[in-house]
Amino acid sequence: MDSATDITTKAVPAAEDTWTVAGRTFTSRLIVGTGKYKDYAQNAAAAEAAGAEIVTVALRRVNLSDPSLPMLADYVKPDRFTYLPNTAGCFTGEDAVRTLRLAREAGGWSLVKLEVLSDPKHLYPDMEETLRALKMLVAEGFDVMVYCSDDPVYARKLEDAGAAAIMPLGAPIGSGLGIQNRVGIRLIIEAAKVPVIVDAGVGTASDATIAMELGCDGVLMNTAIAEARDPVRMGRAMKHAVIAGREAYLAGRMPKKLYADPSSPLAGLI
Amino acid sequence: MTLTLNGEPRSFDGPAHLQALVSSLGLDPRKVAVERNLEIVPRSLYAATPIAEGDRIEIVHFIGGG
Repeated sequence: MDSATDITTKAVPAAEDTWTVAGRTFTSRLIVGTGKYKDYAQNAAAAEAAGAEIVTVALRRVNLSDPSLPMLADYVKPDRFTYLPNTAGCFTGEDAVRTLRLAREAGGWSLVKLEVLSDPKHLYPDMEETLRALKMLVAEGFDVMVYCSDDPVYARKLEDAGAAAIMPLGAPIGSGLGIQNRVGIRLIIEAAKVPVIVDAGVGTASDATIAMELGCDGVLMNTAIAEARDPVRMGRAMKHAVIAGREAYLAGRMPKKLYADPSSPLAGLI
Repeated sequence: MTLTLNGEPRSFDGPAHLQALVSSLGLDPRKVAVERNLEIVPRSLYAATPIAEGDRIEIVHFIGGG
């Protein structure tokens, strides 16, 4: 047997490390937004570079004065990316439910992202209203991924109410401040039986890695890529960062020690 | 007739059903969703859905968002 054949037959395929939400299985653990880009072409290129399989999208009125304006679906194609419609800009449960009913009609699927916001200054989720909206949506048959605070108590309530995924914020939306509450997010991850996606707050690649090292199932980001000087390159960086964090989590880090421990053996020193 | 279309008053003189309205606006029905007086209208029912003076119609689609 020649060596090339030998290698081929002995090659073990890389273990499939996938995650599943509401019955849909994905390989990429990086979900990207489609807001704030220079144009839809750059947006599509960045999402491609990020290796994303899911993109969040917003639902808004059609511009009737110029229906020939470029449309998202012509660039970020729904047959390539799973669209995750959001409720960005909704401040009541009723607004969110109305928006997602329209999204379901526009797209024809039931997987959605719920976010019910409070104060425009910090865009923290209004958790009481979020939980109420979630119950309405679940009753209507939606599969709901829920943007939420980093509070393990509310995360549990969301899961009990039927959330398809829990999506705690790392830091305020669009702030790029990085993962602020590692303890809270770790506690949410440990308790959850549905996927946990850190949503919002990532500023650069190391933030995404930290989120993944905590053991979450994925990371959702928009501004960190869209507002980078080179969004396509940052998309690629984020892809690697998420993979690195995931691999490190699965590998199991070494214990931290208070003092040095030499890497070269001391025995046999001259 | 005068409709409130995406929040703006707008006159429309075509056949009084949603299908005619959507196509008169130059929109691809596969890419939008329509709400008439706060009720969602399934795409398959546009031609069968009448519109009348004073109706509030919302036509939405997906755009970029986080």
